[in-house]
Amino acid sequence: MKTDVLIIGGGVVGCSVARFLSFYDIKVMLVDKEEDVCSGTSKANSAIVHAGFDASFGSLKQKFNIAGSKMMEELSKELDFPYKRNGSMVLCKYKEDEPQLRKVYENGIKGGVEGLKLLTADEARAIEPGLTDELYMALLAESGAIVCPFGLTIAMAENAAANGAEFIMDCKVEDIIKQEDGYLVKTGKGDILTRVVVNAAGVYADAIHNMVSDNKLHITARKGEYKLMDKEAGDHVSHTIFLLPGKMGKGVLVSPTVHGNLLAGPTADDVDDKEETATHAGSLEELTAKASDLVKDIPFYNTITSFSGLRAHEEGGDFVVGECDDAAGFFDAAGIESPGLTAAPAIGEYLAAKIAEYLGAGQKDNLIRKRRAIPSPSEMSPDERAEYIRSNPSYGAIVCRCEGISEGEIREAIRRKPGAVSMDGVKRRVRAGMGRCQAGFCTPRTMEILAEELGIDMTSVCKNRKGSELIKAE
Amino acid sequence: MENREIVIIGGGPAGLAAAAAARQNGAEDILILERDRFLGGILNQCIHNGFGLHTFKEELTGPEYAARYISQVREQNIECRLNTMVLDLSADRVVTCMSRDRGIETIKAGAVILAMGCRERPRGALNIPGYRPAGIYTAGTAQRLMNIEGYLVGRKVVILGSGDIGLIMARRMTLEGARVLAVAELMPYSGGLRRNIVQCLEDYDIPLLLSHTVTDIKGKERVEGIEISEVDAASKPIPGTEKFYEADTLLLSCGLLPENELTRAMGAQICPATKGPAVTDSLETTIPGVFACGNVLHVHDLVDYVSEEAAHAGRSAALYIKRSSASQHRTVPVVTFGGVRYTVPQSIDTLEMDDKLTVRFRVGSVIKDKKLCLYYDDDKVSSVNKRVMAPGEMEQIVIKKDSFNGRDDIKEIRLGIED
Amino acid sequence: METRELICIGCPLGCNLTVTIDGSEVNVTGNTCQRGADYGKKEVTDPTRILTASVKINGGVVARLPVKTSRDIKKGMIMEIMEKVHACSVEAPVHIGDVIIKDICGSGADLISARDVDRV
Repeated sequence: MKTDVLIIGGGVVGCSVARFLSFYDIKVMLVDKEEDVCSGTSKANSAIVHAGFDASFGSLKQKFNIAGSKMMEELSKELDFPYKRNGSMVLCKYKEDEPQLRKVYENGIKGGVEGLKLLTADEARAIEPGLTDELYMALLAESGAIVCPFGLTIAMAENAAANGAEFIMDCKVEDIIKQEDGYLVKTGKGDILTRVVVNAAGVYADAIHNMVSDNKLHITARKGEYKLMDKEAGDHVSHTIFLLPGKMGKGVLVSPTVHGNLLAGPTADDVDDKEETATHAGSLEELTAKASDLVKDIPFYNTITSFSGLRAHEEGGDFVVGECDDAAGFFDAAGIESPGLTAAPAIGEYLAAKIAEYLGAGQKDNLIRKRRAIPSPSEMSPDERAEYIRSNPSYGAIVCRCEGISEGEIREAIRRKPGAVSMDGVKRRVRAGMGRCQAGFCTPRTMEILAEELGIDMTSVCKNRKGSELIKAE
Repeated sequence: MENREIVIIGGGPAGLAAAAAARQNGAEDILILERDRFLGGILNQCIHNGFGLHTFKEELTGPEYAARYISQVREQNIECRLNTMVLDLSADRVVTCMSRDRGIETIKAGAVILAMGCRERPRGALNIPGYRPAGIYTAGTAQRLMNIEGYLVGRKVVILGSGDIGLIMARRMTLEGARVLAVAELMPYSGGLRRNIVQCLEDYDIPLLLSHTVTDIKGKERVEGIEISEVDAASKPIPGTEKFYEADTLLLSCGLLPENELTRAMGAQICPATKGPAVTDSLETTIPGVFACGNVLHVHDLVDYVSEEAAHAGRSAALYIKRSSASQHRTVPVVTFGGVRYTVPQSIDTLEMDDKLTVRFRVGSVIKDKKLCLYYDDDKVSSVNKRVMAPGEMEQIVIKKDSFNGRDDIKEIRLGIED
Repeated sequence: METRELICIGCPLGCNLTVTIDGSEVNVTGNTCQRGADYGKKEVTDPTRILTASVKINGGVVARLPVKTSRDIKKGMIMEIMEKVHACSVEAPVHIGDVIIKDICGSGADLISARDVDRV
């Protein structure tokens, strides 16, 4: 196989690079070791669009965070994914921490974050009544927002595919060998010859980078555990609530999600195994305690699931974005931990421009900037919904009761490019199985639809990657 | 907008029995809305026997029990719309529903009977630590895949929770060739019926580990192992008691939750103990003309009691649509004490009630050799010796209308347990 | 004389039975009905069960047909009968009560359908 650009990693950063690169007149290919895009860090995080006040001044984190935050609303319209500017709030609980809060405020102002306000405890409570009683001051960031991380990642992937980018899944990179002009990338699905490599491999970005460069990267997987609560609890807070950042990073936050659930987390524990996504009783207790320090009476009894995600923490502490010093045509997007989700669109746009310049490529004449989401009748007005179902009857057959997801939506999720090939892929695209019964009712039917659409046997239907078949063979 | 006398939401055992009884009590125009492609609800996948001893004096399987009611409903020419999901129910009894064939419809109902059933408590709600691989199912999902679709979900199975579906599935999967390694139960007593411990576990030498829970799930793609630990009196795992089972599947049978999304959205009061709507003796919710029965009202152990309760709701709805003028009421709350967790109904209209009313209740822990006492205000009106009562089994007591004669000022009915 | 403590499976009450066996003399106490007495006696002499399962059904609106034995069978025969059940498949339509396998494994019980399944 041959391409101009090979992107390694189908997370939010890889898909963003693919999307912006697909506007240029070049061949773009993306590989991922998993069965679907959005299968690593991008699927399990806080789903926050950070305003950008806390990344240190002058860092790449700050630069791309603020730029990404400013792009996000427009992008959500262009690519039709859920985004809501709900504002975020940093709590300062004690008088002695006030200088620290003011430092954060000033850091934000210096970096150009708009809509920052210092509030007294009373002012903060007036707009967010559930805050802890022990409150001294708060910083309000009006530009703080929430986003659907699956929606964002998959929208960019679909838009890239619409512009001709090719997605190859279940395709693990084994080695990269420098060529005279470009690289030979050895993968589980054969050799790929490419002029440019983009390293967006998340927690494995150090391994990919170190295949070609002597300036070694070292990425630690930092695990964060979360609890997600029922939609009944979704309006417990309206803003995203942080505690003033300390030594331990940003700490636990409490936030509504764009779909109306309540989220609390993450913890932060460095793990040796880059696949270690187990949750632990101790960590879940810790996050429950920490979240309860911020917001009163969080209805943890209404938890519908707990999960964990791994952040790619690079030793240097900052994002590593750009062309590798000792490997021409090898572009890194490594160490993309928080605020990576927010930064991803800006990183994608930036790298795409750099790569186009490197390749001397111009923009396509007939590029597609817009992408429409899978129609969601439950979000339409009653009349619209009735009309839509008249012409699309399969959107009238509910499969997932809890989230009100129809057969039509599930089929469309599988038919899109790149489409869902697993239960988790369906869930991330249309939320079937993401509700309060956690797929208890819809599993059999969703399996059937997947088997039909993919032309496979029920026994081959997987939860996610190969080996996760739902029916255990003899 | 379509107008119907009675709309019944759910065509499972509760909805079917409610429909049949409403017809028998004079309702002409009844519509059942069912989201699945068959009537009978969860009974279709409960292929084991043990249903109907109370109602039909014979032992039937779930599908056979359902078939009796389905025939009744057919013979009575009661209209059923299958594959139809109710999206919304308003307090003035406008039902919005949707199906592939008919699209979105709104129906104004004279009375509504809620019979939506319940769902299983999922892993997430149990906060079980560990990985999230394939191979973790609620017992009912595994049961559906086994008995309706024909797929055995796993080969080496651990079951958490000793609810009846879990016990039944332990036997079912064993018969289909799986090995069930253990059933772990957090509480010091079983959550299921004693007969099921005997015929589903003991018959097949499956160990039941009381006061145990799952403390870890191993395996990144598929379940590879389950760690079980003993728990202390506060249900906390005791370090050092971990046992590892090489299993590929974890089934969860950890309780059922009434499905009251529509009920809540309509604004009906929900009873915190049952998680179902609070009802009067006619099984009417706090929204006039909306009745509830079956597992949406409170989780039952026996379908026979569901049918009985549903017939009561059906009759009440039929009477409601015929009632022209407001009658006199004297609604008295039923209050619980001393280990009775809840009652259904939560209040009794002592003027309008039937001559005999069955009050169903559950206890919060295993109770041995105590007295079940009924008070009208401060008067003890009955006291019954109870050898044993367990949270897994629903209990009942009959209250007669004439027992309220001469008690015009009664404030409270109290049901509880005393030594 | 031998005494055994049993839980009756005759109905959901699950009565605690005490069964005393003295030669051919079997006595049951703790039962609340005749069914319990019968169960107690049988359980210590010749335990039996109703077996329920499902078989493959072709051309039906569902993939599986629930079946049961028409009467109780010897407990020791359950696995032998299950082998027959696994090997069995039927064609839709099938009606409730239809005999699927007559006198299955010589148990004296028929395997019968427990559901109507229409043809697609």
